[in-house]
Amino acid sequence: MTAVPAATERRLGLVIDLDTCVGCHACAVSCKEWNTGGYPAPLSDESPYAAGQRGSWLNRVHAYEVTPGETVGGGENGGSVAGRTVYFPKSCLHCDDPPCVTVCPTGASYKREADGIVLVDEALCIGCELCSWACPYGAREYDAPTGVMKKCTLCIDRIYNESLPEAEREPACVAACPARARHFGDFSDPQSDVSRLVRERGGIDLMPELECRPTNKYLPPRPPVSVEAPPALPDAPAAGGFLGWLDCLLSQTSD
Amino acid sequence: MNPAYSIIFFTVSSGIGYGLLAALGLLGWNGRLPQVSAFVPVAAAFGFACVTAGLLSSTLHLGHPERAWRALGQWRSSWLSREGVFSLATYVPFLLFVFFWVTEGSTAPAVRWCGLLTTAGCAATVLCTGMIYASLRAVPDWNTSWVPWNYLALGAATGTVWLLLLATLFAVRLPGLSAAVPALIGLAFVLKLGYWHRRRSPVADRGSATGLGTALGRRGRVEILEPPHTEPNYLQREMGYVLARKHASRLREWTALLGYALPLMFSLLALTLPAGASVVAALVAAVGMTVGIAVERWLFFAEARHTVALYYHEAEV
Repeated sequence: MTAVPAATERRLGLVIDLDTCVGCHACAVSCKEWNTGGYPAPLSDESPYAAGQRGSWLNRVHAYEVTPGETVGGGENGGSVAGRTVYFPKSCLHCDDPPCVTVCPTGASYKREADGIVLVDEALCIGCELCSWACPYGAREYDAPTGVMKKCTLCIDRIYNESLPEAEREPACVAACPARARHFGDFSDPQSDVSRLVRERGGIDLMPELECRPTNKYLPPRPPVSVEAPPALPDAPAAGGFLGWLDCLLSQTSD
Repeated sequence: MNPAYSIIFFTVSSGIGYGLLAALGLLGWNGRLPQVSAFVPVAAAFGFACVTAGLLSSTLHLGHPERAWRALGQWRSSWLSREGVFSLATYVPFLLFVFFWVTEGSTAPAVRWCGLLTTAGCAATVLCTGMIYASLRAVPDWNTSWVPWNYLALGAATGTVWLLLLATLFAVRLPGLSAAVPALIGLAFVLKLGYWHRRRSPVADRGSATGLGTALGRRGRVEILEPPHTEPNYLQREMGYVLARKHASRLREWTALLGYALPLMFSLLALTLPAGASVVAALVAAVGMTVGIAVERWLFFAEARHTVALYYHEAEV
């Protein structure tokens, strides 16, 4: 049913740390690999080694340069801060009010009441692509070979999968990240890792003005610490004896 | 947004068809349908063909057209589903309208009521089509009530221009139609100008889309360093269409001329010229308007920007 549930029992989602992400794309690649071998039909990959490559990815890593507008940080110098490169992985945010669910004419797009995960039922999807128009974040892609829409499943086939050891029951992207920049958990539990991270680091919503109320949160880059020049070393006092004679000799010749 | 030809054909053709059938239904409600001549069946067949061709073309571009019937299920939440329901439901009063015209004549009450219901169904369907686009918060250019009003007005204007052509072909005098055509074209033009020149402030910018606008102090700039992949992806192809401003303004001029000014002029000519010449004038009006409104529809898609473009090339939407 494409009615959005008023509330869900749990709110599963991801926290993505833009401060520690190094842009290695391990999350994007592991997502592509898992979703090519898992329950849904494989993600397409047309002419992968040639020009005109086409294929659906559920997670894509952008790269931005952020230039500060105003001076940041304190210090007596009030020093200005250099810009920085920020790598920005983007996948479905599993919104609380997902526009992709209400526009779907067949009911293929739905939000689960148990855990809030937004999914596509590929047996019902007719491939009209309206959900990809409705999503402001570009979380959904049309997969031409299968004729249906694909999106991040929050690895629902891993997180509840009892044939995996418990420590591995997390999304493939979270497991793959070498910088520990991705975190998975239940936002409805205030003591979970994700909730604590959001509180401590000030996790933010993307485009909150569109009122989709995304579940996934992004942790902003930490403000840089301005580093002052170390204090100059004082001149050494004149030494007597052999060392003083040597110093005098070397000081003259080095002029 | 990518201006796909199948969607342009679907909305223009079904707009003409629904507008024409709505006008026919209203004429039936007012008892103005001519009893003799083939005007009514031909007009009904033409309207039916436009609507059906449009609907079929919309299902053919689906990934799974064999499951298209499932699109009728979510009418409670989805404007696309509602459009599907109304589009099919409107066939019922329309076919009954034709049946009763044949069996009971132009002034029978059954013809009147089926005509009215046909008009209502056509209007509801076109309204749903416009609302599909207007309800998308992710496309702020469309997220305005100007959009459904434009769809309704253009459906009415294009449909009645073609009905006028058929009326001149069969030498049928319909004073209501004669007054309505220029008025509807004028109204449609006013609504189009309102859509083109409406003021709106940007809804989102790249800083808010990435959350990095305030990362390093306020009013920081966020610039693209690299796209996520070396080749363009589905999002860029489908929703990242960029139309140069100079092309857009030139195409708007063509739209205004061909889609509104020319049909207004030639439909007025068709009403005043004698029989043979009036058919030619009405033909120029109808064909010219159809080409002009196809350009208008192309622009409607090409000029609209989607918030996902904030991640790729737009700074604000």
